[in-house]
Amino acid sequence: MSEFKGEVSIVLGGAAGQGIQTVEEILTNALKKSGYHVYANKEYMSRIRGGINTTEIRVSSRRVRAFIKRIDILVPFKKGTLSWVKDRLGENTVVLGEKENVEEEFLGKVNLVEVPLTKMAMEVGSQLYLNTTAAGLIVGLFHGDFGAVEEYIRKRFGSKGENVVKKNIEAAKKGYELGIKLCEEGTIRVEVERDEKVREEVLLTGTEAVGIGAFAGGMNFLSFYPMSPSTGVSTFAAQHAEEFEIVVEQVEDEISAINMALGAWFAGARAMVSTSGGGFALMSEAISLAGMAENPVVIHLAQRPGPATGLPTRTMQGDLNLVLYAGHGDFPRIILAPGSLEEAFYLTAEAFNLADKYQVPVIILTDQYFVDTYYNLPAPDVEKVRFERHIVEAKPGYRRYELTEDGISPRAVPGYGEEVVVANGNEHDEWGDITEDAELTVKMQEKRAIKKLETIKKDAPLPKLIGKEDAKYLVIAWGSTLHVVEEAIEKLGREDVALLHFSWVYPLNPKVREFFEDKVLIDVENNITGQFAELLKKEFGVEVHHKILKYDGRPFSVEEVLEGLKGVVE
Amino acid sequence: MNVQLPTGRELFEPKRPGSQDIAWCPGCGNFGIRNILISALAELNLKPNQVAIISGIGQAAKMPHYINANGYHTLHGRAIPIATGVKAANPELTVIAEGGDGDMYAEGGNHLLHAIRRNPDITVLIHDNQIYGLTKGQASPTTMKGVKTPTQPWGVFEEPFNPVALGVALDASFVARTFMGYFKESVEIIKKAIKHKGLAIVDILHPCVSFNKVNTYAWYREHTYWMEDHDPYDREAAFRRAIESDPIPLGIFYINEKPTFEEMVPAYRKDKTPLWKREPKLDLVEKFFEERKL
Repeated sequence: MSEFKGEVSIVLGGAAGQGIQTVEEILTNALKKSGYHVYANKEYMSRIRGGINTTEIRVSSRRVRAFIKRIDILVPFKKGTLSWVKDRLGENTVVLGEKENVEEEFLGKVNLVEVPLTKMAMEVGSQLYLNTTAAGLIVGLFHGDFGAVEEYIRKRFGSKGENVVKKNIEAAKKGYELGIKLCEEGTIRVEVERDEKVREEVLLTGTEAVGIGAFAGGMNFLSFYPMSPSTGVSTFAAQHAEEFEIVVEQVEDEISAINMALGAWFAGARAMVSTSGGGFALMSEAISLAGMAENPVVIHLAQRPGPATGLPTRTMQGDLNLVLYAGHGDFPRIILAPGSLEEAFYLTAEAFNLADKYQVPVIILTDQYFVDTYYNLPAPDVEKVRFERHIVEAKPGYRRYELTEDGISPRAVPGYGEEVVVANGNEHDEWGDITEDAELTVKMQEKRAIKKLETIKKDAPLPKLIGKEDAKYLVIAWGSTLHVVEEAIEKLGREDVALLHFSWVYPLNPKVREFFEDKVLIDVENNITGQFAELLKKEFGVEVHHKILKYDGRPFSVEEVLEGLKGVVE
Repeated sequence: MNVQLPTGRELFEPKRPGSQDIAWCPGCGNFGIRNILISALAELNLKPNQVAIISGIGQAAKMPHYINANGYHTLHGRAIPIATGVKAANPELTVIAEGGDGDMYAEGGNHLLHAIRRNPDITVLIHDNQIYGLTKGQASPTTMKGVKTPTQPWGVFEEPFNPVALGVALDASFVARTFMGYFKESVEIIKKAIKHKGLAIVDILHPCVSFNKVNTYAWYREHTYWMEDHDPYDREAAFRRAIESDPIPLGIFYINEKPTFEEMVPAYRKDKTPLWKREPKLDLVEKFFEERKL
């Protein structure tokens, strides 16, 4: 008998196009609705059909938000799945599925519980129902709420007609009953306690958290060119464009996307572009224009490995240097990298205030791991979102680039006030007209590159310290690795290890330096050179003592970070 | 030039200190285009704060500094997407994208193609002098075959770009060509282009007195003619005219009335308020989360 207590890690594996995502959706929704904490993340190949894609779903009695390597139950939909995940299989892994989907060399080695999924689906009418049968089976193992499965199937397949809904429910029911039977006859035992509060929580993906955060921040214009893994945010915006009454346009290229957004901001809209590293590379000319013209803009960049096309559907924190240095000449920018879905919501909303206030590019850095992650969380508090409009009326005598103490010139928009607004990508005078005057050039350079930067630095929030202030070891992480590192430190169970997580990545408040004093610094980054550690060195002259880096295009697992930390502290 | 200038022009005459030092060469065709544009804006009874001139890079692109109107002097080739964004954010503005032949046809070529497809309600004015002036005399996409330049010393052998034929071929909303030496006619064409609902492309021929020794004022007068019996709603006729090369036809080639980008986006279906006046729809954000609890 295989027994799982408190938490189960389920991995589904199959070809692209086999509908694994459907299973993932039904499962996470139904299990969450049943009162279980859920977390899911997928890895997929850059192809439309075939290959092997997997999804991990953690179901737990307590909050779970991080990727783990361990597989408790593996459901293969295709031969080849086991080989693909073989380094994640353990002694206790149960393979739940059909013998045909298990490679010869694994038969006899793994704990196979045969379930005739295809046959059951065929009994309902078609192999098409395989997914819902499998989803039902797993919900059955948890004695989950079948009503929730039905409800989700109605929502998901409702538009396809009553017959499709009915057949899918029938298929899920068959699976569900088998799941219960497997428990009753003692083949598998799953003991995960429910938490009633989970039912009232929301289930979100990283993509949705960024998208809805943008809406909360007043985004009313989004231009984009599709690029994995950022496209989800644009799709999300397009799907809601009608309801939120916003402009969403798929344009000819990334160059057009960002320039359109700049134009929209110039005219007072709150515009965003969503892209990935390669797309952002094309945008760097316009980033420079934003710097010179002090044109606000918000960019969401979902990172994937580079250089060039890299690994299109995989993950890396490899574009920090790109966004730090993109564009020529000196000008400030703000870089944010949410670690949690809550942060993605609040930070994305706030990005629009920041862009508006400081009139700089604000870049939200996520990555494939982050945008494809989902879990349950208490609904963010919409009332906490502030809407700050930093637009002034152009009164007679208005000067777009008025020299001010804090480096911020009041920004008017065309049509608001009697006076005109002249913006310029050339060096300019206070009115916005071209100048080649040396003294004025110095003043304008200082205004943008020093005064404004200093103002932003002073206002920059501090990173989040998790753990004891006097801990000897300080683990440094930024962006999407938050929960993985957090869980690894928790598992390590040492009070002398704390985590300092940065979701405000640049520019850094000078007070950040104080966190590093007298600590052994351990940098955890999902890239090969430790780009953030390099930034800390440049900004504060601090050298991290240890680096735990991963750069195979996959996210860190809790186990890997734990191993890395053990290697340092033990 | 002995012409009657319209009243209301002074509104568009800038008084900013930087506007006084005009960077164009004496005798440059850009002066004429500036006069034409200011006259057209004045005759249309527009106010400077209702107009936004978005320019790219080059001598033509300096226009926003020499006119009293909202302006944004941007990047080489990018005036069209920026102007599209401006118009989409505030359809109440009269938006003009302005640049030279290099700006709009070389660096910005792709944007022009897709703007025709997208059809924002903006006016694109191209100062076409068949040469790169600001970078000192290289061939542009519209330079005629055989013309020798410092960077094409053997003479240009590429086919010149034909913006009018392109516009008609792609079913653009409004396509015209003029020569700035004909003041009154040019004012009329630009007024019609601005008033036209949808993307209006006006190729404005003009001499470059410093670097183009071939296409002079006299050359344009000798090698152009006004179309008189042309129906701009006849696409085939427009295309036949568009491929004529010497003499070059002037006038409105093609008009194709169709919905604009701003009319098509859901943002303005119910609410015509410019985007800058709008607030986040937090009630809908709240509703989104409620739905995600289920």
